[in-house]
Amino acid sequence: MEAKLLSEFYHKDEFRFLAGYQKFGGYETLKKAFTLTPQAILEEVKASGLRGRGGAGFATGVKWGFLPKNDEPRYLLCNADEGEPGTFKDRLMMERAPHQLIEGMIISAFAINSHKGYIYIRGEYDFPIAVLKQALQEAYDAKLLGSNILGSGFNFDLDLYVGAGAYICGEETGMISSLEGKKGQPKLKPPFPAIQGYLKKPTIVNNVETLAAVVPIIKDGAAAYRKFGTEKSAGTKLFSLSGNILRPGNYEVNLGYPMKDFIYGLGGGMRPGRKLKAVIPGGSSAPVLTAEEAERATMDYENLAQMGSMLGSGAVIVLDDSQCMVDMLGVLTHFYHHESCGQCTPCREGTGWLNKIVHSILEGRGRLQDLDLLIKVADNMKGRTICALSDAAALPVLSFVSKFRDEFDFFVREGRSKVKGVSQHAQMHH
Amino acid sequence: MFTLSPEGKTAVLAELKRYEVIESAIIPALYIAQKENKGWISKDVIHHLSEVMKIPESKITEVFQFYTMFNQKPVGQYHVQVCTNISCAANGGRELANHLCKEIRVQLGEVSKDGKFTVSRAECLGSCGTAPMMQVNDRYYENLTAESAMNILRGLK
Repeated sequence: MEAKLLSEFYHKDEFRFLAGYQKFGGYETLKKAFTLTPQAILEEVKASGLRGRGGAGFATGVKWGFLPKNDEPRYLLCNADEGEPGTFKDRLMMERAPHQLIEGMIISAFAINSHKGYIYIRGEYDFPIAVLKQALQEAYDAKLLGSNILGSGFNFDLDLYVGAGAYICGEETGMISSLEGKKGQPKLKPPFPAIQGYLKKPTIVNNVETLAAVVPIIKDGAAAYRKFGTEKSAGTKLFSLSGNILRPGNYEVNLGYPMKDFIYGLGGGMRPGRKLKAVIPGGSSAPVLTAEEAERATMDYENLAQMGSMLGSGAVIVLDDSQCMVDMLGVLTHFYHHESCGQCTPCREGTGWLNKIVHSILEGRGRLQDLDLLIKVADNMKGRTICALSDAAALPVLSFVSKFRDEFDFFVREGRSKVKGVSQHAQMHH
Repeated sequence: MFTLSPEGKTAVLAELKRYEVIESAIIPALYIAQKENKGWISKDVIHHLSEVMKIPESKITEVFQFYTMFNQKPVGQYHVQVCTNISCAANGGRELANHLCKEIRVQLGEVSKDGKFTVSRAECLGSCGTAPMMQVNDRYYENLTAESAMNILRGLK
């Protein structure tokens, strides 16, 4: 069963327009928010247990609480640079419910006393950009943005900033660099953005889904929100299901949902005659699960962490037995090599070496010692860089090689894939 | 020599005033200029933007080279980008890119003889549930087959 706390009206076309959004209760929560104090909203978000939906899963209220307790100007940035392979939920949310995001941002801005926000959206998202532009204009025309919103005395300006193609700009300090008009290179933390972010001012960066979730939390209260999900993973989440699955798409379910039911129930299961081989449960950076692990996993932060993986962005990538794991890893090493921003040596060099080694195996030039070399290089990339991209590149390598060692051994020994029907992948990688 | 159209110049000047710092206008300005320069950024473009924006060429170049959506060499009238990241790769995205190159008779990343097409491979475009997919200039085409993709490209004027 889906639990449509956010997505109940996404199927209605009118929901993307102001009138349609208001017809289904839109901006009523904002009116309620203005009857509360900013502190009360912050406490409600803390009590809700909401955790960042972009990938890191950090407690949203706690993050907001890091802001300095003074009148210094502060910024609210929405991370809409959705780029984690397998993830397409923010795109859906912005296409179907731009006002839900805007309402969530105004309430959040009120809670943290910010008067200026940006939605940083990836440049490829041409249609969501158009929808958001129109929604922002509607909101300004209705005086829901700008000065003295709904007569509350609260001012908030919100603008859209369009990125230009860089996975690393989804990392919050990379995004801040990009918004400042520089290369999107991450910055060393601390100082954390809440203390020193955009233009060295206190800044909160939250994902699209996180900001949208503030609306139901303030609407019905933290206790009602906590009826969804588990103790440590409160609420619902949109999961993007893709790969070798009969019914791919976005599904909103309770956190803690059994992955087996998700894949075989909502997702419709495997194509006829195919068997589940592996699942990447939280976007390409999350360590892969074997079929057996996936079938006993639950979709929440704590269970997936216990299994040595992570919930990440909520992108569930399903691979069936027609896929070669060496080949799939080659796709990922290529991606991380392409996206490394190059400022830290372990990542810049490491992603290149991982990619070279996997591709030499795919080209039939693999040596027996290469698998240990892969593990050694990946191990040396962990925890040694400014941002998490290096770890994100290392984790798939470590999990693919350790959990599907027989496929890697076979490829090295025989110079071809263990999976029947998979041929000449080397040429496809170039 | 590249120069912005009067409308383009007005748009770039408006972007300069839009953000807290003028450097934030570099990405928007590059988009405007790229549209007016047949889809790519030449040295001329950087030089001209530098004069219009009063921002050093080195700063603009640094930004331009960092982001994949700015093309560093000429592209065809239609830039066909086929996603070959994991969910698309598991659903034939790489085979699709190869097929389109073969049908159009163009090498990956090059411009076809008639100047109409460039076919590239792209990293994840956030269309994983509708794989395989391609982006043609700004527009997404999803749930493709080799035939449906070619039909779409043949239909482009």
